Amino acid sequence: MAEDVLAGAPESGPAPRPSGSGRPFLDVRDLRVHFPTDDGVVKAVDGLSFSVERGKRLGIVGESGSGKSVTSLSIMGLHKRGSARISGEIWLGDDELVAADPERVRRLRGETMAMIFQDPLSAMHPYYTVGDQIMEAYRLHNDVSRRAARKRAVELLDRVGIPRADARVDDYPHHFSGGMRQRAMIAMALSCNPQLLIADEPTTALDVTVQAQILDLIVDLQAEFHTAVVIITHDLGVVAELADDILVMYAGRAAESGPAVDVFTEPRHPYTWGLLGSVPRWDRERSERLLPISGSPPSLINVPPGCAFHPRCPYADRNGDRSRTERPELVEVGPRHLAACHMGLEERATLFHDEIRPKL
Amino acid sequence: MAVYIVRRLIAAIFLLLIVTAACFVIFFLVPRLGGATPEDLASRYVGKTADVETIHNIAVRLGFTEPVYVQYGRFLRGLVLGADYPTGPTTTHCPAPCFGYSYLTQQPVLPEILDRLPVTMSLAAGAAVIWVVAGVSTGVVSALRRGSVFDRTAMSVSLAGVSLPIFFTGLLTLSVFSYTLGITAPGGSYTPIEENPLLWAYDLLLPWITLAFLYAAGYARLTRAGMLDTMGEDFIRTARAKGLPERTVVVRHGLRSALTPILTIFGLDLGLLLGGAILTESTFSLPGIGKYSVDAITNNDLPKVLGVVLVGSLFIIIANLVVDVLYAVVDPRVRLS
Repeated sequence: MAEDVLAGAPESGPAPRPSGSGRPFLDVRDLRVHFPTDDGVVKAVDGLSFSVERGKRLGIVGESGSGKSVTSLSIMGLHKRGSARISGEIWLGDDELVAADPERVRRLRGETMAMIFQDPLSAMHPYYTVGDQIMEAYRLHNDVSRRAARKRAVELLDRVGIPRADARVDDYPHHFSGGMRQRAMIAMALSCNPQLLIADEPTTALDVTVQAQILDLIVDLQAEFHTAVVIITHDLGVVAELADDILVMYAGRAAESGPAVDVFTEPRHPYTWGLLGSVPRWDRERSERLLPISGSPPSLINVPPGCAFHPRCPYADRNGDRSRTERPELVEVGPRHLAACHMGLEERATLFHDEIRPKL
Repeated sequence: MAVYIVRRLIAAIFLLLIVTAACFVIFFLVPRLGGATPEDLASRYVGKTADVETIHNIAVRLGFTEPVYVQYGRFLRGLVLGADYPTGPTTTHCPAPCFGYSYLTQQPVLPEILDRLPVTMSLAAGAAVIWVVAGVSTGVVSALRRGSVFDRTAMSVSLAGVSLPIFFTGLLTLSVFSYTLGITAPGGSYTPIEENPLLWAYDLLLPWITLAFLYAAGYARLTRAGMLDTMGEDFIRTARAKGLPERTVVVRHGLRSALTPILTIFGLDLGLLLGGAILTESTFSLPGIGKYSVDAITNNDLPKVLGVVLVGSLFIIIANLVVDVLYAVVDPRVRLS
């Protein structure tokens, strides 16, 4: 199917649910997540739209504090009702999650949508066996006996590549290595065949040698279960390996989004260029191996006016005052490829080909 | 596990030896080093009119003239084999384990302590139930509603609870509930549970509440802090991500972890209390081990004090051991070795 799996619809206000067979499975529209604090309102996510089809993988990339994890926790409904102000729409199948009854969202959690976390050691309860924790998720959503659940847990552990799963099912998390724990977390997340799997930095806490195995596993299982996958990461290598689409986030908004190939080969946002330059290249001279983005991520309480990236953008001056005063909208720069930048499209294409790409 | 327990029990015996030896040093060696003669020690246990010779005879009879290590050896021997104590013309046999022999009442100490143990146990057990239930539930609710009116009130009350001494809260409750309102026992009475469970509870209600208030306050604060820590853990987020109802998340995933340190403190508190709740028993005139030890100290009846110390240490050591074993049951990461 060739429908838009990543439509950055810059709409505002509630819109009727698009009907017909072409609608995306996960559809986030103009999501805003604000946290009121004593210092001011933290605008962790501020007008974000994206969508993912079943069977597709979306990689959300950005620095710490760009709003990636806040977005995923909003989809899962894991923000505290009192502390976060959430607006916009999150459509999951036929359910709209932002306005939904928390009890309804709870029932969807674990069954329709599941999540894998960054640190598999701290994400598992130290007092319960791995098997118990998988069975707990499974039995919650499926009315089965303990025995059947246990059988299911063993099958799942076996499927995610735990050797001697029938024995290891009774082990505690601390008996497992880091990679095995993450496999067990994946088994737990997949226990109810979720239609949406969110992986928040699933390989960050793991050995480099294990990272690729875990990513392969996610890809295999995703194909097998026809799941929609959202992978959140700061590691471009991860998304390069497995994402169909990429969403680059900056200061709680989308800077650029589109098919992975396009975003990697023809990026049209200076921040994306910066991210690509931040990947070390060992085949280059030492001084050119790493091209970091200068400065640090902006405060989410006082987001810079205009383009949030302008204080760090080497090309901000090219647009007169616009970068400082006017927020750039996401506009189409190619088929299904969107970027939010004031610079002319031609100018960006020339810049990227003449100045940026030779250094990457 | 069995090996671990045996090793801990052997260690416990050495610990008890050290505790009793320390008592002996304080009671019998330190006064001598300070210049007291055996006769000075013995003079407490004779009448005011006794002459020098009588005092000397008593000192010899009670063994005060012998070196302290001989006295200590005799005490240990009594613990294992029993001992005979000269009581005037005849001797009294104190069967093993002999925890000592009172110079004043001329009775073995252990039966007297065992007589009073049910009182102390009743007091400690009843209070423990109240303070664990009240303290832990208050702490959990406080943590889940941090900053709420309930939380602030509970924490203020608990601050008062840990700060106010028993002899203040005890007298206050006695004055209000027993003497003014007349709804609780006036203190000073104890009915064995096997005689009349209702009366037993009626007599002990006020002491329970008073004692539990002190401990519940501490447990509430401890539970609250533990729950606040635990509920911020990643595995709580995982539990929620599974779609578990919040109640299950709080109880099975949160409280289970937060309770582990509380278990440790509980074991030690209970062990300590079984050795005598001195202030509570004194305030409410309950004839328990605490009251017994206060009387013994007042009367300078050193063997009784020694016996109470020994029984108290025994309870603490056992409680410690039970806690350590339970800890390994509760937290699978703990290995007993």
